[in-house]
Amino acid sequence: MHEMSLMASMLEIIEEQARLDGFHQVTRVTLEIGRLAGVDPEAMRFAFDVGTQDSVAEGAELLIEETEGWARCPACGQEAPVLVFYEPCAACGQMPQEIVAGRTMTILSLDVE
Amino acid sequence: MCTTCGCEDHSHAPRANGEATGRLRRVSLERNLLEKNDAFAARNRRHFQERGILALNLVSSPGSGKTSLLVATLERLAGSHPVAVVEGDQQTSRDADRIRAAGAPAIQINTGKGCHLDAHGVEHAILDLAPGEGSLVFIENVGNLVCPAPFDLGENHKVVILSVTEGEDKPLKYPDMFAAADLMLLNKVDLLPYVEFDEEACLGFAKRVNPNLEVIRTSARSGEGLQAWIDWILTRSAALAR
Repeated sequence: MHEMSLMASMLEIIEEQARLDGFHQVTRVTLEIGRLAGVDPEAMRFAFDVGTQDSVAEGAELLIEETEGWARCPACGQEAPVLVFYEPCAACGQMPQEIVAGRTMTILSLDVE
Repeated sequence: MCTTCGCEDHSHAPRANGEATGRLRRVSLERNLLEKNDAFAARNRRHFQERGILALNLVSSPGSGKTSLLVATLERLAGSHPVAVVEGDQQTSRDADRIRAAGAPAIQINTGKGCHLDAHGVEHAILDLAPGEGSLVFIENVGNLVCPAPFDLGENHKVVILSVTEGEDKPLKYPDMFAAADLMLLNKVDLLPYVEFDEEACLGFAKRVNPNLEVIRTSARSGEGLQAWIDWILTRSAALAR
């Protein structure tokens, strides 16, 4: 359940932004999570509900946009979506492939007032 | 003409630019949730690099024999190489006590409810331990095959320990950790005659997740493979020395 500590990092970023930007209430957080980031969106939602209590984001909606994992085959250069780290290249069967997307977790935007 | 939408009616313009709907607005951020951890990790890595320190992040599920293996490793390194140990557990200082009893300086980080070490906690421990030039730093993470994977501590290598009393399919069940590691220690191999563990299948699964993963078979109890593991460490440490 490392989503709790990711949540704590998220709250730190939000509160830092609140000081810079002068907002007092966040109504929606849009978060992008790659499918290969090792994060469970359901656990993240739970952590969000618990972790935002008594903060500027209390009661805010959490919108999670999941992005696909992508891999590039070093042998034939094909790029294609993958569900796990260890999928062979669909075109030529080569392993390992280089993961080029889907490992990040990013706060995209905040709706604030 | 209305500059908002090009129509001739100016009456809706205030609402269109947000004035009439309250002060709701959108702030674009594009900030990585791990940015703070990654910044501390980069600092730790620089600290290690400047001193020629080899730092290893030891990860496994609880009960894989990490601490026993580490104690046996430290006993073999005693006197010949400077070492320091960071111990991560949710509660108690029992592991750090075992390490100190083996003659190595150790700091225990209790993570409380936390299920992994983070780079900031490790930085404090390293500043307290102050390992010297060319030291070997072992960071024993909290026993957990999931949560420590995305948290860079600034280590040179993650070493995953899997014992033969666990399922041989663990690399497939917890691929993130096996994908992140450079070395797997297959531990407790002295128990192989007594357990149903398909070693060949296990190595196949591990290589499928991470084809570059190196594997050393070890037993803290019989001593099997410990020299190979120590050679692995010392080769990498020597490469850092200038």
